[in-house]
Amino acid sequence: MDEVLRVENLHKRFGLLHVLRGIDLSVHKGETIVILGASGSGKSTLLRCLNFLEMPSEGRITIEGRLVGRETGTPGVMSYGTRELNALRARVGMVFQQFNLFPHMTVEGNVMIGPMKLRGMTEETARTLAHDNLRRVGILEKAREYPARLSGGQQQRVAIARALAMEPTMMLFDEATSALDPELVGEVLLSMRRLSEEGMTMLVVTHELGFAYNVADRVIFLEGGMVHEEGTPQEVLQNPKQERTREFLRSHTLFRLPDPAPEAAGHS
Amino acid sequence: MEYQWDFAAVFRHGDLLIEGAKGTFALAGMAILIAFPIGLLVALMRLSRLPVIAWFAVIYTDLFRASPTIVLIYWFYFAFPLLVGVDFNTFTAVSLTLGLQTGAYMAEVFRGGIQGVKAGQWQAAKALGMGLGRTLRYIILPQAVRRMVPIFFTRLTELFKTTSLAAAISYTEIVQMAQRTASDTFRPIETFTVVALFFFTVIFTASQFVRFAERRFAVPE
Repeated sequence: MDEVLRVENLHKRFGLLHVLRGIDLSVHKGETIVILGASGSGKSTLLRCLNFLEMPSEGRITIEGRLVGRETGTPGVMSYGTRELNALRARVGMVFQQFNLFPHMTVEGNVMIGPMKLRGMTEETARTLAHDNLRRVGILEKAREYPARLSGGQQQRVAIARALAMEPTMMLFDEATSALDPELVGEVLLSMRRLSEEGMTMLVVTHELGFAYNVADRVIFLEGGMVHEEGTPQEVLQNPKQERTREFLRSHTLFRLPDPAPEAAGHS
Repeated sequence: MEYQWDFAAVFRHGDLLIEGAKGTFALAGMAILIAFPIGLLVALMRLSRLPVIAWFAVIYTDLFRASPTIVLIYWFYFAFPLLVGVDFNTFTAVSLTLGLQTGAYMAEVFRGGIQGVKAGQWQAAKALGMGLGRTLRYIILPQAVRRMVPIFFTRLTELFKTTSLAAAISYTEIVQMAQRTASDTFRPIETFTVVALFFFTVIFTASQFVRFAERRFAVPE
């Protein structure tokens, strides 16, 4: 029993808009789960509910065996304490599409601030930890730079290190490569893949089907705020059972490079 | 006949002006000490999600913005003591007036600065597990304040010059003392030239310091 995350009947409403309509999900330690879906399918909202950047309207979220929040009188509706949520967010790492590095701090400062101010580490210990994590994402040599001097891909890797320095039980990636120039996507995906191989529990919202195919243990296809299809990458990406999944995949693979001709391959 | 400048007479009475200068610095210093925390507090109230609190901040700001400083000084010196039953000396009355009014201006500066910080910064801090206090202290305010320094400084120079209104209730600041010096020496032109130079020198020196600090703490963006 090494379930890190359990989501039961999760609903999220923004006024009249019913974005998540009853999500059930169970994530085990070390699993990498890729969440696919069209824009508006609720995949970002789902991720943001998991560390309570958005408050679930209804449903139960259990992290490392502990139910988050308390039952209210209304069935399914929970109330959450501020302290509880802050402590929980410290254990759930999040990487944003726009990086959101703190521009007034150096790279190492960005990674050190959480451990120092939230985990009570001394500056020295925090710096060692920061350098370890910057090395993990291959960007230690930029430790003393300010974020503005870094490329998007480098900034995003720093953001990953910043989240890792909190030693989270799981990591959430919210379209971490969508804001990057195409040639910078690879370095970030590579860092994420390495993390997955190290055994980090990861939930990844992305449009990178190749990443999903090669790295994910499980792929979840969201549609209309519900889990529409779920399975191994081979099942969902190569033999989708649902018509909507097929349509989504077709639109994502409309233009593909042909496989290299045999003689061209021979030259390389 | 050409005017014969004579600064010597002014300098012979220099002790009066020095005493006045001390009064001016004391007043400005105390007003700043009041204005900064008030400004930050009112700005945070203004940004509160609770409408009652936000409205209180709006009323505070508008009340102090709408009143001429000299009227406020009279009010805090003569009227306010009647309401609360405590007599204010001139220093208390004026430093309170200037502090509270500058606080109202500062609140708007703080608010602008805080709102200028991108929403993603709040989210990133929250996602790390920071509560409101830590988020403001380590993430939001350091960025907001950097941007606000030039406007802060403008407000502080205005505050520094507005201290001269304290002469209206005979507080010992430099303009009040200059009036006395002028009538003692019959040299108003020289006296007020000296006073003008005093204000210029103080503000110019401070502005050089601010420029240095801005460069020193600049962050690449």
